[in-house]
Amino acid sequence: MNRLNNLFETKKNKLLSIYFTAGYPALNTTVEIAAALEKAGADFLEIGFPYSDPVADGPIIQNSSQRALENGMTLNQLFEELKELRSKVSIPVMLMGYVNPIVQYGVENFCKKATEVGVDGLIVPDLPIYEYEKLYAGIFKKYELSNIFMVTPQTSTERIRKIDELSNSFVYLLSSSTITGVNLKLSDAIEGYYQRIKDMNLKNPTIFGFGITNHSSFKKACEYANGAIVGTAFVKLLNEDNYLEKIPEFIKSIKTDSFK
Amino acid sequence: MELTMNYGVNEQGYYGDFGGAYIPEMLYPNVEELRQQYLSIINDADFKKEFDQLLKDYVGRPSPLFYAKRYSERYGANIFFKREDLNHTGSHKINNAIGQILLAQRLGKKRIIAETGAGQHGVATATVCALKGIECVVYMGEVDIARQAPNVSRMKMLGAKVVPATSGSRTLKDATNEAMRDWISNPVDTHYIIGSVVGPYPYPDMVAKFQSVISFEAKKQLKEQTGKDLPDYVMACVGGGSNAMGMFYHFLDDESVKLIAVEAAGKGVDTGHSAATTFLGREGVLHGSRTLLMQTDDGQVVEPYSISAGLDYPGIGPQHAHLYKVNRAEYVSITDDEALEAGLLCSKLEGIIPAIETAHALAQLEKMKFKPTDNVVICISGRGDKDLDTYIKYFGF
Repeated sequence: MNRLNNLFETKKNKLLSIYFTAGYPALNTTVEIAAALEKAGADFLEIGFPYSDPVADGPIIQNSSQRALENGMTLNQLFEELKELRSKVSIPVMLMGYVNPIVQYGVENFCKKATEVGVDGLIVPDLPIYEYEKLYAGIFKKYELSNIFMVTPQTSTERIRKIDELSNSFVYLLSSSTITGVNLKLSDAIEGYYQRIKDMNLKNPTIFGFGITNHSSFKKACEYANGAIVGTAFVKLLNEDNYLEKIPEFIKSIKTDSFK
Repeated sequence: MELTMNYGVNEQGYYGDFGGAYIPEMLYPNVEELRQQYLSIINDADFKKEFDQLLKDYVGRPSPLFYAKRYSERYGANIFFKREDLNHTGSHKINNAIGQILLAQRLGKKRIIAETGAGQHGVATATVCALKGIECVVYMGEVDIARQAPNVSRMKMLGAKVVPATSGSRTLKDATNEAMRDWISNPVDTHYIIGSVVGPYPYPDMVAKFQSVISFEAKKQLKEQTGKDLPDYVMACVGGGSNAMGMFYHFLDDESVKLIAVEAAGKGVDTGHSAATTFLGREGVLHGSRTLLMQTDDGQVVEPYSISAGLDYPGIGPQHAHLYKVNRAEYVSITDDEALEAGLLCSKLEGIIPAIETAHALAQLEKMKFKPTDNVVICISGRGDKDLDTYIKYFGF
């Protein structure tokens, strides 16, 4: 059983995951940012590897990807940095990125390296179910990597069941159909979607992502799911001076009501 | 006419190793809706009737097959021009735009988005949206907005909103990214009219079918003019590859016909300023399909270069990638300089100023060895009005 499953066994609600882009704002910061996030109280992490054409991302994460690439971030560099991951970080870590760099690296080679450095799962938004099942499911399984699938308000009930069936750690619920970094606007339609998912009683835990930027959206997401992922709001923080020192404050601001 | 499985698409959207639908889940319902409905819609009698009627009365089809006498003398073969430049809006792009707007209407969509490089597809899309009274947003790279200014004005005059793509190389690839982001955020009411045989399945097949009218007509016209069932050569330029696929389509299963696809070498394939995908590309995933694309060892997409905005794209449609891999078509490349010279030559010898995209295909004639009896059909994909500034600057008229 990997770290993700362990986490979901022991903690059932208000799980907080943080996304950040490897290589941003500078090379060789991945593990120190991850360690600071763990210390501040994040429950698990998504580390993005940059891609030149991130179609599912809004301007903030696009910009972080572009900067990371300009800084010289590559998959080899990332795996090099992650060699010390497990000496400093014990919470679950997923890698998130687009399919083309993985295909170029070699899917098997990528999975092997990811497992070696202690990665627990992969999120590849543009890897479709058909191709995953046909070409890659065996490789992911061999290296005991969870593959995380996304569900949107437009995903049919039948397809959500299929995704739940194929998943073995959690299902990534998109708060709305959007690119990253768009503030969540709660409407009856969205609350209806939240409730519909909740009523399906999926076998996997559910985690909301996209549009979770502060305590109120985090709290709302946690009413319907086991937790939520904050990405863009955190990537913005990494653009500030002394960002490492500000991480505890940031995590606290997401998790607690009273924090101003 | 349906293609055989040698060159056509299978049910999963693959041409051999290429194609598929590598899309984020946010796009799945839109693409799935299209996949389930596109064939029944475009094979419907009402659809066909309206499509054919508009192609005839609005676009001005059939486009002529013109025997280019002075070209024939120069190159020692019978050279025929398939005159897509004479279409309404000035290029082959309108064929697909008409097809997709009729499809979007039948899907009940209220808003159209499109990407454009040279602006020809943007103009075609803005045109059909005006015709049908549907809201239109066109994404265009900032660099292309600067070098194709007349087309930007045309789109605005036609009532479209032109949104600059400011990321990456600020050309066609980035405009496509922005259009995809728009579609992700507007999944219910919006149809994305992709302008080339690229993107997730069913786009490559759908666009190829709408453009296949080019070869459907050419085959008949050649027979009328020469008595021959088939030409010896069929040639076209390739960016994403829609005019080439339209020009090749009804000849794909006629193995005796040599198909020549001409890519943009830019300043030369080895200069680092090129868009010659089959020379420089490797297999990967771009804009929703597995295909050949120009990329670094680390899988980052390389920013392409061509003087021709319509060919300035780092990938190629998956069907082309397949035709390349199985050697059904020959892929060659032409530099900026060669293309511009060919554009001038065509203007002087035949009185036709071609688009710089088209001029790439014409330039390849200089490198061919024909027999005097050979019949050669070349797609004149668009006219050169939009490129006058570039021609003027280069030749110093």
